Amino acid sequence: MGKSFDVTSLPGVPFVAGLAFLALYAPIFTLVAYSFNDANAISIWGGFSFRWYEAAWANREVQAATARSLVIAASASVIATSAATMAALGTTRRGAFRGQTFIYVAINQPLMVPEIVTAVALLIVFATVKVATGYAGLGYLILAHSAFCIPFAYLPIRARLEGMDLSLETAAADLYANPWQTFRHVTLPLMAPGIVAGAMLAFVISLDDVVITEFVKSAGQDTLPTYMLGQMRRAITPEVNAISTALLGLTVALLTVFFLLTRKRE
Amino acid sequence: MSDPDAVEARHVVKAFGQGEVAVRALDDVSVGIRRGEFFTLLGPSGCGKTTLLRLIAGFEAPSSGAILLDGRDITALPPNRRPINTVFQSYALFPHLTVAENVGFGLRMQGKPRTEIETVTARMLALVRLEALAKRKVAQLSGGQQQRVALARALAPQPRVLLLGEPLSALDLKLRKEMQIELKRLQHETGITFVFVTHDQEEALTMSDRIGVMSAGRILQIGPPREIYTRPANRFVASFIGETNFLPARHAGGRVTLDAGGELTVEGGPEGRVTVAVRPEQVRLVAPDEPGALPATIRDLVYFGTDTHCHLALADGTEVVARLQSSASGDPGLEPGQPAGLRFAPGAVQLLGD
Repeated sequence: MGKSFDVTSLPGVPFVAGLAFLALYAPIFTLVAYSFNDANAISIWGGFSFRWYEAAWANREVQAATARSLVIAASASVIATSAATMAALGTTRRGAFRGQTFIYVAINQPLMVPEIVTAVALLIVFATVKVATGYAGLGYLILAHSAFCIPFAYLPIRARLEGMDLSLETAAADLYANPWQTFRHVTLPLMAPGIVAGAMLAFVISLDDVVITEFVKSAGQDTLPTYMLGQMRRAITPEVNAISTALLGLTVALLTVFFLLTRKRE
Repeated sequence: MSDPDAVEARHVVKAFGQGEVAVRALDDVSVGIRRGEFFTLLGPSGCGKTTLLRLIAGFEAPSSGAILLDGRDITALPPNRRPINTVFQSYALFPHLTVAENVGFGLRMQGKPRTEIETVTARMLALVRLEALAKRKVAQLSGGQQQRVALARALAPQPRVLLLGEPLSALDLKLRKEMQIELKRLQHETGITFVFVTHDQEEALTMSDRIGVMSAGRILQIGPPREIYTRPANRFVASFIGETNFLPARHAGGRVTLDAGGELTVEGGPEGRVTVAVRPEQVRLVAPDEPGALPATIRDLVYFGTDTHCHLALADGTEVVARLQSSASGDPGLEPGQPAGLRFAPGAVQLLGD
């Protein structure tokens, strides 16, 4: 006796945990394994091969969709991170104010409003704008992605700012730094890991988006995920597995960097 | 008129909150700190000493009143435009910069040329004996070393006044004693006016040229350590700094009648109801039958090494503590329950108005 209650000693706990991890990871491992399948069918193993990676690599449509995805994700993460940085500074570097909670909730709108609702709303608004202006470029997608990426960039930056010792900024002011110098030489370098982490997260979120992209994109503006969705409607080949695995690899790499940047020191 | 004070606070009020719930952290505080002096603000936590320091630094603005530097009103100047630097209690060193970059920060922000920054940084690091650690990040330093970096950083721009906000409180006793000596040396070598904040009366007494004792947002007494200790202005000062026996009494024309019985003769002091204040080391034990001695009974003896505290009770039960210097054997030759006579050293009795 005397030990604190250990939940893992309950019967069935290891079994349930094992089941949960199986449900999380078994499909992923299957997907990755079948991306090296030599057969044409998606669920029959025909030996090890890189042929679907080669096929995807050489596929013009995949190339174009990948380039489009990267352009949109890069633009959206830069715009969203800039907005989120300012929002985080504006909500943490001042005293408590009226409507503070409301502002937090308002900034995090994309986390709460169903994505399909936003998608329909954007479709309607952008359709009107397209008719009025005649512009049908990538701008709509970049704008939409920037908007829904803001909270993902905002949260790590705000966490970083809230964890920062405010006396450092006071010390800078004490040592003749004007407000701009204080920001440039103290606040910005110290919040930089948060900004980079926010940008990574925003990039990954944009890269992965299907619903809003599907509604907002004009003809011939497929991103990698919407291209894959299109392929699934036609003949399914292990090429989709290969693309998915590549996307997974990129995402895991970015999220690893994110994790390393946001973990606590010491 | 002579030289203006290095720093002066004039009728400074600082209120936090508004209306009925407003709290006056500083309540009409006026104090002049002389050029080149080591001035200590001493008081318990919450007395307003740190608030006063923050107002001098410019981190906060007074609700009313003015802060003057060398006779010039600086109340409206932001901290970065005041030639005043602070050593923070938490040190507030920049974790992304090296020791040398921390020390040179103030000069860099002032736009000083690189060569000057390098020379001054090197000189400051030598002053606090940290030359060897110039390239380190501050997180790799010990508490005492961080303390020295904070000092060097605040001294590097050669401020008119250096503010120290309880910078020694995080250090252990031995290191604190070392830093006390170090601070005195630095002040002597730089000639800069130091304003030091502490709640440690011993620290205040040993380091300061003058002390301002604060309580509940007011300065109760300003004076050199000796004067603060031997002539406390009121009961708070007498009890906060050192130990004091307080005896209720009545005073008329130089004759003081103790409520506990017995009489004393004094010179001056307030008349009517008074409190007699006597330091334990000024209480002498004499034979119980000696004429003029106050009759008392020994209650308890506590041995402290260098001296022994003898707790006594007067005729009405009022407790008095006498501090007796230990003899070679350490045995005072006294027993609890024994009767004794008390005498107060001439000039050691202080009358405090009620």
